[in-house]
Amino acid sequence: MESVPGVEATRLTKIYGHGHTEVVAVQDVTLRVARGEIVALLGPSGAGKSTLLTAMALINPPTSGQIRIGGQLVMDGDRALVDLRAFRRKNLGFVFQKANLIPFLNARENVQVALEVNDVPPRAAHQRAMELLEYLGVGTRADNLPDALSGGEQQRVAVARALANHPSLILADEPTAALDSHRGRQVMELFARVAHEHGTAVIVVTHDARALDVFDRTVHMEDGRLKNGKSPGG
Amino acid sequence: MNLAVRDVRHHAGRFVLTSVGIGLLLMIVMGMGGIYRGLIHEATLLVDRVGADLWVVQGSTRGPFAEVSRLPANLEDRVRAVPGVAVARRFVSHTFQREHQGRALRLVVQGLSWPEDRGDWAPLVAGRPLRQAHFEMIADQSLQLPLGERVRLGKDMYEVVGLTRGMVGSGGDGLAFLTVSDAMAVQFDVPGEAVRLERAARQARLENLDLGRVTPQLSERALGPTSELPALGPPQVSAILVTLSEGADPARVAATLSTWPDVTVYSTQQQKDLLLSGMVDKARRQLGLFRALLIIISTIIIALIIYTLTLDKIRDIALLKLIGARNRVIIGLIFQQALLMGVLGYALAWWLGGFAFPHFPRLVVIETADLVQLAFIVLGISMLASLLGIGKALNVEANTVLAT
Repeated sequence: MESVPGVEATRLTKIYGHGHTEVVAVQDVTLRVARGEIVALLGPSGAGKSTLLTAMALINPPTSGQIRIGGQLVMDGDRALVDLRAFRRKNLGFVFQKANLIPFLNARENVQVALEVNDVPPRAAHQRAMELLEYLGVGTRADNLPDALSGGEQQRVAVARALANHPSLILADEPTAALDSHRGRQVMELFARVAHEHGTAVIVVTHDARALDVFDRTVHMEDGRLKNGKSPGG
Repeated sequence: MNLAVRDVRHHAGRFVLTSVGIGLLLMIVMGMGGIYRGLIHEATLLVDRVGADLWVVQGSTRGPFAEVSRLPANLEDRVRAVPGVAVARRFVSHTFQREHQGRALRLVVQGLSWPEDRGDWAPLVAGRPLRQAHFEMIADQSLQLPLGERVRLGKDMYEVVGLTRGMVGSGGDGLAFLTVSDAMAVQFDVPGEAVRLERAARQARLENLDLGRVTPQLSERALGPTSELPALGPPQVSAILVTLSEGADPARVAATLSTWPDVTVYSTQQQKDLLLSGMVDKARRQLGLFRALLIIISTIIIALIIYTLTLDKIRDIALLKLIGARNRVIIGLIFQQALLMGVLGYALAWWLGGFAFPHFPRLVVIETADLVQLAFIVLGISMLASLLGIGKALNVEANTVLAT
């Protein structure tokens, strides 16, 4: 496994509210995920998993701590050191519990739009989108609107969109929650394949213990803190 | 990839219905402008077509269209004697309404100065000009009187011998051209009973005077026709139309006529200005106000629809932000939809107007300049209307996609 850091959160703390209403969602968390590594982030509801994930996704600034992505310091406390939207465009991919496809675009266009906002010419974007959909086994559904796709197919399209710009980091928040166990496992295996074949760092928040064997490492969170981490074998 | 068009395609029904609504509103806006142009056209049509260089009207009045003007008919002879005047014609104009074959017939009677003026200048689409001094008329098509139709006006029957198109007065009523003497007969027609009563009243007044009691001949004259009474004024006309001689200076002739204390002289342009500044101006302002209100309503409707469409897309917009779409992509999505709605509405207004405007009771004149102006207005209101949606979209946080 590569030792180049895909993402590195250092002493990350996120506090919501203040005074009597203050809630510490994430407290002093340090997490490093290498390129080509896929990590499961586990923990009970309210443990702070999603908060940590959205902080690393650069859409929920931490109260303190630092975030480095691809070796570049991008957040220092709640201060952004880069244009976050442009940085997300070039370096990050997202998959959520719901596929969140744009309903008025077909499967190919949902992938293509991620490429075009990153200044890929339409013809090249079209070709890349088709390649990704073929790679993920939904090439035949390219012209279908999201409504006409099954949950699993939608999630594959969402994964294709996340992969479109060759991100160095993919963040997935319970991506299999809406899928049956078979489909869920397929998606998890897909993430592992992407991480290992493309050298992408992948962090997956999940409650699904049935597919943990596909991860390189699991990390447990409770009450906003990391408890321990372990490899699938141990 | 054009996101706006794809979103519109997805919500085609709602979008098309809204555009139809906007189109109808814009058609009314377009029609209001056309009605105003039509008012000007109708108001100035007769002044343009009648071919007079100067209009001599009652002193200190703005007649004969903007207000009543009364002149003695024999003023025509005085005017003709002025150096520089080639032709002087009597002009009579009055509007009245009669029942004809069970329907209201409202027309503007124009007196032609027979025999000099037989209506040859009128744009005839059928029939011929007047050929006799009495009981013939040229009518506009809008009066719906066919050739050969006989119409009772006053005590006489008049036959329609010619038809014009588009010859209407400033009120939109069709013109009917009669000889001046016929027009005056129609204008001053009174029922026989009224004539008898007036004669009786005259006799009664005379009997109360010594002069009447000692002059029986005067009493006999008082019982005769009104036109034979020397003490009464000559018949009256609305104006005298002056055509100048070749090379005559209009200002000089007008200055000469203006020295007469009983008349006022207007050039054709001044006559048109009087019509436009007086009668048409209020209508213009009224129509302008309606247009402004309808444009504001259109803007509000487009803004609300675009805002609603934007609210429907909040999650998609958040997702676009999450994957790094620049603001211009999001602004473009909303602005293009507003523009598309405006353009569709405008095109519909233009298309529907082509069918609807000819059926409006008033003339609607759509000029290219007005169409271009409205196109710019639509562009402006589309931009304005999109601001609400754009403001909402730009305030959406990328993490909204997680919350919904």
